[in-house]
Amino acid sequence: MVLGLSSKKEKIDGLAESSGTSLAASAWKRLRRSPVFLTGAVIIGIFILISLLSPWLAPHNPADPMLIDQVVKARNEIPPAQPGHPLGGDLQGRDFLSRLLVGSQQTLIVGVGATLIGLSGGLILGTLAGALGGWVDSVVMRIVDVMLSLPSLLLAFSIAAMFARPSQFTVILAVAIVQIPVFARLLRGSMLAQRHSDHVLAATALGVKKGAIVFRHMLPNSLGPVIVQSTLVLATAIIEAAALSFLGLGNPDDRIPEWGQMLGDVQKVFDTHPHLAAWPAICIIIVALGFTLMGETLREALDPKNRR
Amino acid sequence: MLRYTIRRLVQLVGVVLVLSLLLFAWLRLLPGGPVSALLGERATPESREALTKQLGLDQPIFIQYFKFLGRAATGDFGVSTGVQPGDSALDIFLQRFPATVELSFFAILIAIAVGVPLGYLSAKRRGSWFDNLSVVGSLIGVAVPVFFLAYVLKDVASSALGLPSSGRQDAIDATRVTGFFTLDGVITGEWDATFNALEHLILPAIALATIPFAVIFRITRAAVLDVLDEDFVRTAESKGLTAPVIRRRHVLRNAMLPVVTTIGLQTGALLSGAVLTEKVFSFAGVGEALAIGFERRDYPVLLLLIIMATIVYVVVNLLVDLSYALIDPRIRTR
Repeated sequence: MVLGLSSKKEKIDGLAESSGTSLAASAWKRLRRSPVFLTGAVIIGIFILISLLSPWLAPHNPADPMLIDQVVKARNEIPPAQPGHPLGGDLQGRDFLSRLLVGSQQTLIVGVGATLIGLSGGLILGTLAGALGGWVDSVVMRIVDVMLSLPSLLLAFSIAAMFARPSQFTVILAVAIVQIPVFARLLRGSMLAQRHSDHVLAATALGVKKGAIVFRHMLPNSLGPVIVQSTLVLATAIIEAAALSFLGLGNPDDRIPEWGQMLGDVQKVFDTHPHLAAWPAICIIIVALGFTLMGETLREALDPKNRR
Repeated sequence: MLRYTIRRLVQLVGVVLVLSLLLFAWLRLLPGGPVSALLGERATPESREALTKQLGLDQPIFIQYFKFLGRAATGDFGVSTGVQPGDSALDIFLQRFPATVELSFFAILIAIAVGVPLGYLSAKRRGSWFDNLSVVGSLIGVAVPVFFLAYVLKDVASSALGLPSSGRQDAIDATRVTGFFTLDGVITGEWDATFNALEHLILPAIALATIPFAVIFRITRAAVLDVLDEDFVRTAESKGLTAPVIRRRHVLRNAMLPVVTTIGLQTGALLSGAVLTEKVFSFAGVGEALAIGFERRDYPVLLLLIIMATIVYVVVNLLVDLSYALIDPRIRTR
């Protein structure tokens, strides 16, 4: 029954697209021509490519302290640029360029991991609150209110400090949990707005089950702002992970590098060896900018007010 | 209006009670704990046990919490174990709170003073190179990790501009009245003290201002763009009002509502950013105390400071909601 309905619905959708243009189609048309969106997309494309290929791109093993004999801890001496090591070494005598290249991988994992966890948590809470209403809504929203009444980074710090053995995963979790109330609110808002709209009324009148209405009719219609928010969260997650490392709440195991960790860990030598901080910082800024450019242009393109 | 204010304040009390219980349980789950922080990892089991008992950490958590509530009602929030060992948590808060308020105030002032005019001009010249440059600049502002920018300012700008790079004030003989160093000098007439405190404020305030600036700029730009399309602006233009009058009475006044909301929401970002900025500049405010508190597991100080941060955050947003009525007469009449 439900299946038959959905295939019919797809046919109808197909008709609608051929006669007029859907919001998504017209948004895509505008995005394709937007230089700002394309810049962001190219940055992120290159970032993902580098992180996938980094094991082959990196000239050396990022965990191998091959230049360690050049490191003199007491005098803060760090291996300078030399043949075979264009950016020199880091505090542990490891090839800095290789660490930067391989670092993109964990950085991507932190961003995507935190966003996915935050998004799923928000999806569950927001859908529950918006679809069921009543006391479920009240309970969920009070939880969200308490979480939102704490400044976001402060919440992330508190969560990250909870774990006895900090690791990459605890960093991702701390950054992700902060995003849950944001996603939950977004989804609840758009679910509530749809509860009394015509298409939901029509589906109810046709006898479609409540679950099917929520998952096939209400949820797909709420995804626009959620996608925009996810793109922006990808950027903030990477930046906040760096802040956690800076406060000593990051992943202490630095054999597998991550940009935020590389940046947070070198604070003591910032004045003597600024390049050790500058490179990971520049990488973070460019990637965060790429995600933000995409997110902001997506937001504008999906805004029905801007449809022409 | 009054009923609304009271309802929001009652809600705040509820949030604070729930949050204090959660934080209390939470902070006790933290690894390490104050005993290890105070005695080090190599302390003998006997001395650890004695200190655990002395701090009351051996009792069930609910008893600890109710004892805490009882003492808190009399203003006793416990004694710091890590930030400034021996000082009462309340004293630490009272000492440091003015510093963070000063810093945040100047940061938000910079953000508004730059963000609002820039947002307005960008909207007026939508699509121009000036607009594009400002938009990209604001996006970069969001993408830069705050503590990295703070380090750059501290190490590069401070020597280039001859500004101090750490602390709140040099060790000069200044009279303390309010705890707000810039204000104290004004009250007592010690202008050099005020000037010195301001010099110490500039760089951290700029670092802290970047994110609120970017957000205020973008919201102003979007709000002004919305208002410029409105019929009443066209009417005002066609009846021959001068540009400054249209700008002040018609455009800015209507565009300010979302901007004011954003400024309220930015207090949260300011408090979070203050933890990072104050740590970099060794600026003795609440943020630095939080950063050190996390490092050394200073429960009493963390608990009090996080709860106070929450109260400030919620109260500022309440004030923002109330200020709508002053800005927007449509809300007042309802």
